[in-house]
Amino acid sequence: MVKPINNGKKFYATFTSWWLIWACIQTWLLNGYGINPQAALTDSIVSNALLASACLLVINNMKYYLPRQERYWYILIISVVLSSLYLLLTRTLLSWLFKTDNTYIYLLSNSLTIRYITGLLMIGCMSMICLLWYTLQEQRENDQRKEAAEQMAKDAELLKLRQQLQPHFLFNSLNSISALAGSQPEKARHMIQQLSDFLRGTLKKEEHQHVSLEEEIHHLQLYLDIEKVRFGHRLQTTMTLQEGTGQLRIPVLLLQPVVENAIKFGLYDTTGEVLISIKASLLENNILCVEVQNPYDHETAGMTRGTGFGLASIRRRLYLLFARNDLLQTASDNSFFTTKLLIPQYHYESNHH
Amino acid sequence: MKVIIIDDEPLARSIVKEFLQQYPDMEVVQECNDGFEGVKAIQEHQPDLVILDIQMPKINGFEMLELIENPPAVIFATAFEEYAIRAFEAHAVDYLLKPFSKERFDKAIQKWRQTEQTQQAAHTRALLESPELKEAHQHRIVLKDNGRIRIIPTHDIQYLEAADDYVKIHTAAGSFLKNKTMQYFEQQMDPSMFIRIHRSYIVNAQLISRIDPYEKDNYLAILSIGLRLPVSKSGYTRLRAALGI
Repeated sequence: MVKPINNGKKFYATFTSWWLIWACIQTWLLNGYGINPQAALTDSIVSNALLASACLLVINNMKYYLPRQERYWYILIISVVLSSLYLLLTRTLLSWLFKTDNTYIYLLSNSLTIRYITGLLMIGCMSMICLLWYTLQEQRENDQRKEAAEQMAKDAELLKLRQQLQPHFLFNSLNSISALAGSQPEKARHMIQQLSDFLRGTLKKEEHQHVSLEEEIHHLQLYLDIEKVRFGHRLQTTMTLQEGTGQLRIPVLLLQPVVENAIKFGLYDTTGEVLISIKASLLENNILCVEVQNPYDHETAGMTRGTGFGLASIRRRLYLLFARNDLLQTASDNSFFTTKLLIPQYHYESNHH
Repeated sequence: MKVIIIDDEPLARSIVKEFLQQYPDMEVVQECNDGFEGVKAIQEHQPDLVILDIQMPKINGFEMLELIENPPAVIFATAFEEYAIRAFEAHAVDYLLKPFSKERFDKAIQKWRQTEQTQQAAHTRALLESPELKEAHQHRIVLKDNGRIRIIPTHDIQYLEAADDYVKIHTAAGSFLKNKTMQYFEQQMDPSMFIRIHRSYIVNAQLISRIDPYEKDNYLAILSIGLRLPVSKSGYTRLRAALGI
């Protein structure tokens, strides 16, 4: 429900003082035209009280019915009707109160036009203020709702983008465990442990949006260890972290799909030994830079189905988080493919602490 | 009986070997890491059975089988390949979903033993032709060229030409033969990109720069690479539908 305009003491204080001021002005004016002070005061109080009631009526009505744009003329009609009513009541009441005072009666009948115009303007202004207030309120509420809906959609999308655990990876790992269970049960047990830790990390991290690079690397290491069991000596990795980068922040589970992609290109698509190198450094402008490099075969790569998707979803995540499209960069020469991730740290400084 | 195991994961191969130990008449003559090794090994040993992974480096299991003239009996072992499984079921070729149990493996071996050899080969061939595997072929074509394996991305293809029992694939880098029918390519390739304009021609629609009338009911497609290809009456209808004119 939209917050009504006459909600709270502040409104009534303003409203009452407004009418008091008007009453004073009217008393003073009438007095100036030769009406005795008592009659002038009574006139002011009666007419302003009636006008104030008419305005309150408008305010209360607007709370429940707000004319749409094409029906703004309703306001005019309401104002005309209400001010006519106001004039009729004022006139009847005052003529009855001062029926013996000829000077007053004469002035009253002469001032009907100006009274009518004042009433019309007051009620009209009041209606306009109400209309403006409620329209603004409604718009603000709509904006908030829209924002909330967008935020929800964004969160859902981010979660989905994060959750892309490759079923291939899981089933192939389970198959490796099955193979080890027969010949090397100790190793099988170890791999179950690694796989569980990895899966737990994937599940747990869904609560958080960001982690330190150190944590992300730890998670990545679990993943790489499993892949190393699967592919044996074919997979080699090196990791170079510049001092101090471990505590920098990074969106959760961002690095793993990049490395996954590197493995997909490098390992699944070439036949020899594969070295995947990961380098992290802090750039001058307070941006964490993580580079993942893998060998690739430009003849077969790029045609493999779905290779583009992994990186597209990372780019999308970075865009949703940082509103920038240039945070994922790739470069390739004949035998190496480099994926560069840029994570601005200022974003965290303003959001955390 | 000779068995070849083709899988890029050593542990995946070892479990198959382990399960095979109880069959004294079956001998694993070679283990292969990828499709390239697989092609060579199959030609060399002419195995009775191949246990084949699908997702492998460079070329996948299906592409590998296409390179072999008389494909042997195959049991597929795969982790997760939804579209392929429909194809397996449709063509009675057995498959193992990783990780698989000993019982399931034994069942597959039994099924293989009970099926006649000629029938097995027919099943494999039918599988390779099946439209369910379309996705795998939409992006590239794998073929053998003077003993070398060549991978051609479909977007590099200019046009296809019928040549007896083969189809000639024309690219900027040259022309290559593949022993498939025109109908096969017509079905497998993206119909919005490749159009059968004639009994003997399928063309990459992006290369068409003009279509000129030629004799009655016939047309000529002028390609941007400076070639003219005949367009038949029905080919013209297909071409118009595909180009939206």
